[in-house]
Amino acid sequence: MPEVPHLAGPRQRTGDLVFRRALLSVALFVVAVVLLLAWSLADGSRLTWKSLGPAFLWSKEWDPVQENFGALPFIYGTLVSSALALLVAVPLGVGCAIFLTELAPRRVADACTFLVELLAAVPSVILGLMGIFLLVPTVRSVEPALARWLGWSPLFRGEPYGVGMLTAGLILTLMVLPYITVITREVLLAVPQPLKEAMLALGATRWETVVGVSLPFARAGILGGIFLALGRALGETMAVTMVIGNTPKISASLLAPGYSMAAVIANELAEAASDEHLSALISVGLVLFGVTIAVNGIARLLIYRVRKA
Amino acid sequence: MVLMAATPALAVSTLNGGGATFPFPIYSKWFAEYNKVKPDLEINYQSIGSGGGIQQITRRTVDFGASDAPMTNKQLFKIDGKLLHIPTVLGAVVPVYNLQGIGTLNFTGEILADIFLAKILRWNDPKIQKENPGVKLPDMPIVVVHRSDGSGTTYCWADYLAKVSKEWEKKVGVAVALAWPIGLGARGNEGVSGLIMQTPNSIGYVELAYAKQNGIAYGSVKNSSGKVIQANVESIAASADGVKIPADYRVSVTNSPNENAYPISTFTWLLIYEKNAGGKGPVIREFLKWMLEDGQKMAPELGFAPLPERVKKMVEDTIEKIQ
Repeated sequence: MPEVPHLAGPRQRTGDLVFRRALLSVALFVVAVVLLLAWSLADGSRLTWKSLGPAFLWSKEWDPVQENFGALPFIYGTLVSSALALLVAVPLGVGCAIFLTELAPRRVADACTFLVELLAAVPSVILGLMGIFLLVPTVRSVEPALARWLGWSPLFRGEPYGVGMLTAGLILTLMVLPYITVITREVLLAVPQPLKEAMLALGATRWETVVGVSLPFARAGILGGIFLALGRALGETMAVTMVIGNTPKISASLLAPGYSMAAVIANELAEAASDEHLSALISVGLVLFGVTIAVNGIARLLIYRVRKA
Repeated sequence: MVLMAATPALAVSTLNGGGATFPFPIYSKWFAEYNKVKPDLEINYQSIGSGGGIQQITRRTVDFGASDAPMTNKQLFKIDGKLLHIPTVLGAVVPVYNLQGIGTLNFTGEILADIFLAKILRWNDPKIQKENPGVKLPDMPIVVVHRSDGSGTTYCWADYLAKVSKEWEKKVGVAVALAWPIGLGARGNEGVSGLIMQTPNSIGYVELAYAKQNGIAYGSVKNSSGKVIQANVESIAASADGVKIPADYRVSVTNSPNENAYPISTFTWLLIYEKNAGGKGPVIREFLKWMLEDGQKMAPELGFAPLPERVKKMVEDTIEKIQ
């Protein structure tokens, strides 16, 4: 039949070609933006790498006066505050999503979902303000008790400032919670109903159904949500800088003030008058970019593994 | 109309500037008021910070810059052409604290340096008590709060501490952002005052204009003559008297030898090229003349001190060079 080669053959309409080229250029544009970003960060930070070398990554000193720069306290602060946020937000978010999909009456679930989505839309500076006026005084009043009861571990020692790593972790928890909840809810909703019904028909309890069927089925999606949340936590700037204490020191205690990569860039960039200082800040940006890429890479790998298994 | 539009002065309808946040309250007032005097000229000012102001004027992306810290020789070396520092007003930085039931406290430079060097750690330290007889100071640890963002306020504060404490000069130094030996960092004057109002037994520093506008209690400081001085327009202006003002105006007036001076005071400068393209020179010059006369009168209500007469005379001569 002559029509078949017509459809699959080399004769294409120009419209198709234009469409394909247009999409390709859009896709390449995204790639170009990422590459340009990487290049401009690398270019701007050249001075730091030349004068300090890789020691910049593990040096603990940050002294704009002597022009001694080390990124370790910021890397530490970013990773610890983000980890802390996930530690609290993952059980909360996943638990909330399970409740919304499996247990809650429809009307309650809809209302709750709407509120959770609303939480995701709150600008971070507003959350930061809430952090300063609500969270910081609360944490300050709780900290002496924490130090008394948990002071045996180095995690809870020191003066009750209110601002610090713990508060930063809590504010980040609030910010990433909606991501985890909404995404987990979506993937739990996608679990095939017959699977769950079969499990229930076998006499399994709700708990056993959730743990035995729903969560394993949805785990790749849940992991994806968690890593999206982590990405947000790593890069969050305003809310963190308002409550973390902005002190470039590494201390084991969660009550002590810390600093994060995004926060130091936001704080010092405007007044960085010397080339060395500016370059060091851009280097911090490059490190943050690298950390974000690494996290995304690990996420891809994990999700891929989970899917295969 | 056509003839008027052809004259160069009228061709300039906007001037763009950027820099220091410290004098932003007075600058924004000036530019708004000047627009009423000269409706066809609009002056835009972005308070992006002194560092940003220096960078932008170096690259000539703005018509004027503004800085709270005089440019270093190294920074001036990169300038193509001759850049003038024009002092506009004087401001002050004051220690603020949160101690229940305690009003004005007296400090010395040494005490302030020791607190910020983590050498005085408790409020009832004998050194503080000695300056404040009769005040019942609490037996509590001092919580130090400083700026986390780079700032001219920090520069002025550190510049003073370095003059009164050798240890500060050696260990910490003077810059817009520092490696602080102790304390919590907060963003902006409002961040520092917010954290102080919330944290019992804390101490920090903000610019006087900010403390005044928000009704925050601030301490007096003993000056180089041993007199305890509260920051006000007169005591700030006095700090520029008795200091030799160099021709390029790059001078620090902290710890002034004048016996009536508040010791933590500073000039703030506009950075302007001697030669300006596009007929902007005369327009800038005219604004500066207005600033020296009418503009100066607006300074006190915002917590800034006008230039002393002697400095004003000098600046009047200097701005004639702007083309």
